[in-house]
This record gives sequence, structure tokens and C-alpha cells, in this order.
Amino acid sequence: MDRDDRSNTGAWQGPKLSVDLAGVRLQNPLVLASGIWGSAAGTLARAGRAGAGAVTAKSCSIEPRRGHPNPTVLQWGHGLINAVGLSNPGAEEECRELQAAKEQLGGTGVALIASVFGETPEAFAQAVLALLPASVDLVEVNISCPNVAAELGRPFALDPGPAASVTEAVRSVYSGPLLVKLSPNAPEIAQVARSVVEAGADGLTVGNTLGPGMIIDLEARRPVLSNRVGGVSGPAIRPIAVRCVYEVAAAVDVPIVGTGGVRTGADAMEMIMAGATAVGIGSALEDEGEEVFGRITRELDQLMRQLGIKSLDEIRGCAHV
Amino acid sequence: MCSDVYTVYRVVSRRQESEGGASLVLDGSLRADPGQFVMVWLPGIEERPLAVMNDRPLSLTIRDVGPFTHAMCRLQEGDRVWVRGPYGHGFDVRSRRMLLVGGGSGIASLTLLASRSLDEGREVRVALGARTSSQLMLGWRFDELGIPVLYATDDGTVGARGTTVDAIEPLLRAGWPDAVYACGPEPMMIALGRRLRGTDLPLYLSFERTMKCGFGVCGNCHLGDQLVCRDGPVFEGEKVLRVLDPLAE
Repeated sequence: MDRDDRSNTGAWQGPKLSVDLAGVRLQNPLVLASGIWGSAAGTLARAGRAGAGAVTAKSCSIEPRRGHPNPTVLQWGHGLINAVGLSNPGAEEECRELQAAKEQLGGTGVALIASVFGETPEAFAQAVLALLPASVDLVEVNISCPNVAAELGRPFALDPGPAASVTEAVRSVYSGPLLVKLSPNAPEIAQVARSVVEAGADGLTVGNTLGPGMIIDLEARRPVLSNRVGGVSGPAIRPIAVRCVYEVAAAVDVPIVGTGGVRTGADAMEMIMAGATAVGIGSALEDEGEEVFGRITRELDQLMRQLGIKSLDEIRGCAHV
Repeated sequence: MCSDVYTVYRVVSRRQESEGGASLVLDGSLRADPGQFVMVWLPGIEERPLAVMNDRPLSLTIRDVGPFTHAMCRLQEGDRVWVRGPYGHGFDVRSRRMLLVGGGSGIASLTLLASRSLDEGREVRVALGARTSSQLMLGWRFDELGIPVLYATDDGTVGARGTTVDAIEPLLRAGWPDAVYACGPEPMMIALGRRLRGTDLPLYLSFERTMKCGFGVCGNCHLGDQLVCRDGPVFEGEKVLRVLDPLAE
């Protein structure tokens, strides 16, 4: 529901949770992170109906990909580790799902974000072109998957030059709101952020999973993931994600989707104080499913009341002291 | 517990399940609700979801259809399996006279339901189907429990020629069951749903899907807006047949 700080009668309506993400209005700052719940129209729409401000589809490439064999996604005690390996049905099929998702989300005010990846900057651009008929609200460019280095090489997100090349290639074919998803593994994430913004990004998702990490089973005497290594997510990486958002917010002047280990309203507020406009929610769905969106929104609302905060705009980046 | 992820069990006994299948009894228990599943890993091979055929001791039934299930079927006494779970929502049991309908490897999702329900004083009958007699699984388990079994095979080699939906017709006409519980190939479950449409018999369907996580994160097993691993694998029939059956309203 729309939540402005004054109604027509001028009465106090409670804190303002809506935000502007690269020109797209979100009813609340929570964004279903890419890769969670796949790309099926039904599940994306369900997350939207449950109270996400925006939902992001799983990353797709031009051609379908099978991804890695199981085990691929595990709970390791302090979050998740995954090496799904960018499995996806290919851009053509993804486009149909996104069209259906858009239809199912019609009238809810929930924004739909597509996500793409490719082996080369040109392949990223082609994937975006293939998705254009879906008329999504934003496109996220995933240059930071840590699980496919063997096939796709060093992630583009680790270095300013390659990250900018992908951004430029996509920018040349797509004029709508464009997010680029950075990696917490980049040694100089602020430099990558600067070059991506100069290349035309309208916003940044900060960031992807951390690592890669590894879990070894003592009795099997081998890594559990079939890919041996996988991206680490969940509460364990939150302080690192917050630091990344902080550094990026200091370096560039575009909206940030702060993503990494957020599970509570307080976690979300921390991201916003670090400089995030919106907040990605991913691994948190492992416990409570889509109800996480309603809970975190309520907690954020309560916290804002307690702390006397009327709008998220008031506290965005306030921790930069 | 040998990692934060899996519990390791050893195979205590193995039973050949007709053609190309096996049941494995493991050396420990795993408290599970009937209809829940586990993720089973064979290091170096793969990890897949499997029904909990029995929970005390944990027992699994596998049909040999691919590299993972082939390796599972070849396990011998003393061999190890890595198990995480149980996951998902099982069967909601409120009825007094329960009719269970199983096909193929789906039958393994019904055995724990049958034994637990008998313990609770409910009446249980079962219809099991397969293409041919050599593909029928787990009939022995229902015999062991003393549950009457109706068989149906496409070629008539055991029981009635036809489907399980044909085989249960007399019981339905007689008004015997209070509810129907099924797991098997999706065409079987769609046919069952069509037969029961318009009756007031509750129908619960358990689904088998490929999965990655098993706990509601990856979205791989979605069925419409439902996640088989987390919202299921057991669903109220009407809820999922709306998505699956092209003839449903």
C-alpha cells in the first residue's frame, strides 16, 4: 500500500517506506535477490504479493544452461553456500516467464527486475535484447557470479575495465533503468563502482555472494559441493556487505541495492544508513519463505517510529561520518 | 554428524524391488512425518531427493532410472549414504478410512503413511499400479502391515488390466474411503483428480520433482506458484490440479 507521511487530511500516516530506485518507485525497499525462487512467473509473483517492493528473476544467458550437478545448495550452519552454476532456461524462455510475471504482478505496484549474464560483453547485450519484449522495470547485469570461473573465466566484476566494458555494451542496446551487480570479492570495489557508473549504470547491486568458499565432509573426505567451491551468503557475510555498500556509496552518486545477509528490519536499516536505497533479500527465505518480506517491513516501520525517523531518505548514508 | 550438512548412515540390508529397484534399510532412525523426503548424497556421484519409505529405521526405496539411482541400487550392506532432511510438508491425516493410490517409485511415499495410520487406529487400503508386474514395488511392505492391496497393470500381468483409477472404482462406488492419498506419475494423479472431481472426497497428492536445495530457496521444483520442496511435496489435490490439468477449471 502507498505510504506517504501525510494523508489528504494532513494526519500522520506513519513512516515513509517507499523509495526511488533509479527512477522506479518501490513501495518498500525490499528486493527479492536474483537466484532465489528461480524465474518462474508464479514464484516471482508470489514473492511480490507477499510484500516485496521488487522481485529479481534468476540470471539468464542467451542459450540455456544446465548448471552444476547436485549438491549445489546447502545450509552450512551460518547461512548458505551454493554453486548452482547459473542454470537457466535461456533468454527466450526467460522472456516468456517475465512477461507472465509482469502480467501476474499487474496492479500490485511491485517492480520486476530481469537479470542477465554472458561470456562476453556482447553476449550480455544480446541477452538484454532478447528480454526487451518483457518490458521489465529494471535490468540487472550480473557480472559477479563466483561459481563459473572454470567456464566463464575471471568474473568481470573484479576489475574496473572489464566491468565497464559489459556496462557499456548493455547500455548501448538498452536505455531503461540499468543496475550492475558488483562483487564483494573485488579488492577495490569503489573503483569498480566508479567505472561502471561512468559507463552508464543507473544503479548498483552491492553485492553478490562472497568467496567462493568450501565445505569438506569429514567422512567423505572431499568437498561437498560438486563444483567444490561455492558462493557464501547469509548472516555470516553481512558485515562485509555493509562495508561494501559504505565504500560504494562514498564513491558514486547512484542508488544502491544493499544485498548480503539481511534478515531483520535492523539489518535493513543498517544497509540504508551505509548508503543503500533498497535492500536485497535472498538467503533469508530459507527459514520463513516469503513471509520474510512482511516481517522485515513491519520491523523497519517499528524501528523508524522508535527512532523518530519519518522517511528512509532521512537516514540514507547517514553513517558516513 | 560428519559435517554441518549431512548425517551418515550405513546400509544394514538391501532388498531387490522387482525389476531395477531396491529398498535399503539403514542403521539409524530419522524422525519424519509421512510424505516428507530427504536429500541423499553419494559422494562423487550426485545428490537427489528420496521419499522416506520408513523412518525407524530409516529406509529408502529407489527405482533405477539414472546414474544416481543406479548407484543407490548397487549399494551393499555396510556401504554409506549421506542424508540431510527431512524436508517438506507431509500428509494431513484426519480421515478414518484411507485409500492410498501409488504408482512407480511414488509408492515409497505411501508406506510410512500406511504404517503410521495403522498405529493410529485408522483403516487403510492400497491400490498399486505399474506398466507390468515386474515393475511393481513395495507390495511386500503392505503385506507385512496386513493391508489389503489392489493391483493394476497396463498389461494385466498382475491384478486388473488397466490403471489404479480403474482398480479403485468399486471402493469409490461403495463409498468406502473418507479420503484419498496418492503419489505416482503425474498423468495418474491427474486422472485421479478428474475421477474425484465433483465428489466431496478430499484428495492429497504427493509430487516428485528434481530439486537443488530441498528447503525452499532455489525455486527449481516450482509447480505454478508453489514450491514442491517447501509447500509440498504433499498438496491438496484441487490446489495443484488447477495448474497441472489442462481440463481443470
